[in-house]
Amino acid sequence: MGDVVVRTTTDAPLPADVDMSTSLGRLDVGDPVFTASGCAAAGRELAPFNDLSALGGVVTKSIQLEPRSGRPTPRMAETPSGMLNSIGLQGPGIDSFLDKDLPWLADNDVRAAVSIAGGSVDEFARLAGRLRGQPVALIEVNISCPNVEDRGQVFACDPQAAAAVVAAVKRNAPAGVPVFAKLSPDVTDIVAIARSCVDANADGLSLINTTLGIVIDPDTMRPTLAGVTGGLSGPAIRPLALRCVWQVHAALPDVPIMGIGGIRTGLDALEFVLAGASAVQVGTVIFNDPSAPSRISAELRAALAARGFGRLRDAIGLAHRPPALRVPEEADPPGDEPAEPEPVPRHVSFEEASS
Amino acid sequence: MTPVQVQGEVLSVKQIGAYWSMTVVASGIAEQAQPGQFVALAVGGDDGAMLLRRAFSIYQVAQRGVYGGTVEFVFSVAGRGTAWLASRRPHDVVDIVGPLGRPFALPKEPARCVLVGGGYGAAPLFSLSDALRKRGCRVDVVLGAATAERLFGALDAKRMAASVAFTTDDGSYGDQGRVSDVLPEVIERTRADVIYACGPMAMLEAVTRVASESYGGAGIPVRVAVEESMACGVGVCMTCVLPVIGDDGKTRMTRSCIDGPVFAGDRIRWDALGAVPADAIGAAAMTPPAPTMTGAR
Repeated sequence: MGDVVVRTTTDAPLPADVDMSTSLGRLDVGDPVFTASGCAAAGRELAPFNDLSALGGVVTKSIQLEPRSGRPTPRMAETPSGMLNSIGLQGPGIDSFLDKDLPWLADNDVRAAVSIAGGSVDEFARLAGRLRGQPVALIEVNISCPNVEDRGQVFACDPQAAAAVVAAVKRNAPAGVPVFAKLSPDVTDIVAIARSCVDANADGLSLINTTLGIVIDPDTMRPTLAGVTGGLSGPAIRPLALRCVWQVHAALPDVPIMGIGGIRTGLDALEFVLAGASAVQVGTVIFNDPSAPSRISAELRAALAARGFGRLRDAIGLAHRPPALRVPEEADPPGDEPAEPEPVPRHVSFEEASS
Repeated sequence: MTPVQVQGEVLSVKQIGAYWSMTVVASGIAEQAQPGQFVALAVGGDDGAMLLRRAFSIYQVAQRGVYGGTVEFVFSVAGRGTAWLASRRPHDVVDIVGPLGRPFALPKEPARCVLVGGGYGAAPLFSLSDALRKRGCRVDVVLGAATAERLFGALDAKRMAASVAFTTDDGSYGDQGRVSDVLPEVIERTRADVIYACGPMAMLEAVTRVASESYGGAGIPVRVAVEESMACGVGVCMTCVLPVIGDDGKTRMTRSCIDGPVFAGDRIRWDALGAVPADAIGAAAMTPPAPTMTGAR
């Protein structure tokens, strides 16, 4: 990072000239903004509001082997700058997904990042195998699921279980398709889990999934959600997500990261990039603004241009540089205009009132 | 029909009885909207702490005018989000998405239609009535609410319907009781062919039951527009689901925003609202109940 130059606005590129391309393992994409899993269904519903083919891609709602009804309602509760959800991974199952959803994405030139979820290492392995020969750009492994073979212990909370899933997915996944593990922030040491996934050959990491919360309805005096607990998401968790990206990038600087958590604006996305994310995912904010993915991409582009970046890649992880490098090179300090003369008080003489 | 997202200028915000109505300049929504569809509004401003959209069925649209197409919807102030909406002033801008959802299906041939509304849920029935009458249908209306001031559209209803029956829970206007108490008589008197209803879920369930028991149990079709709480309105959040029987006879947890809000009343599993019936597709995968997940989506 030592050769990175933070340029001043005097030679700022035009937003349209910023190279937004980025790399996620072996996958090169022209734009770093993806939709986040569970916030875009399988993409189609957002087509009226976004040019999905211009985005990095759509991360699908987590696909499982069998159809799942999801949980009873209420499934969501609004919270300050966020929401709690307990959907229960409602989904059509892999057969219907491959039959109906994935072809739609391919037909519309939308990059498909397929999120998979299972209840055992074997289920994850079989799901990955089903994606062979399919138009899949990336696989995101949702390890925030309970392991039915280990008393419901969540894979993402145990380095060995997380690694076992990642290794199984890697063995069965289509060759050349990057496998990203999506981590939960509800762990003592996220770097340990991240390291464990990378040691199991994960090509990258998606940080973060939701964090557990509860809302209690003051009228019924019971938890609002039918599922009692739910995943907290939205801008309320952004600093938490950013901290996770920061820590993992600091420990594993060569591992590509997709930053996720409460991104609402291009400047929010920029924070994640500066913390070390090679790409970002936009989730809950889509509920607020269905055109958020495209808007945030445009805002990020403008924010990069305004800071003198010609390439997104030059901004990745830049917040980790030592403070000394912040001084712009060969630059006039901002606001360096011709000095105005110092104001000098005029002499005032008084005519004393006669008594 | 493709929904659009519009930064719409507020034309008016006014109080109607216990409710509020807002009219927004929303080109693209007004021109496409059909009776039974809804709009979803962001509340609290771009930097606000309330992220979830508020969904309201469309009361009426004007397709042309000095300002372009306008959309009017009715709401009740029930929390911070709707209070924010009620405090908008003319020329303020609101972020509005629509038209959303499946509209009421109209009879192909002229038919005798009874329209049943509960509270401000009656709002979409007036444009529906216009569309039905244009097709030569007879329209009779039943409006109910808790109290007189919570009846919506009484004057409109009297103007356009062949007959109107009113009920209030407290008897402050019309008959004391529920719409489902007077509906059998209205069906019999008007020799109704079809029922349309919009309002609270308990009312829709009762109306569906009355429709199915009419004509000595032969029953008549009933189309209901449901009120489920939604987070996005556009089909991506999966929170507004209810158990609905499909054409194949199987029950699915179905999104009311995309596959509704209008359903055939006899397709809704009223007994299982708020639950997942054991025979619903994918219900088996939920048992034994999974321990709490992190990242629950």
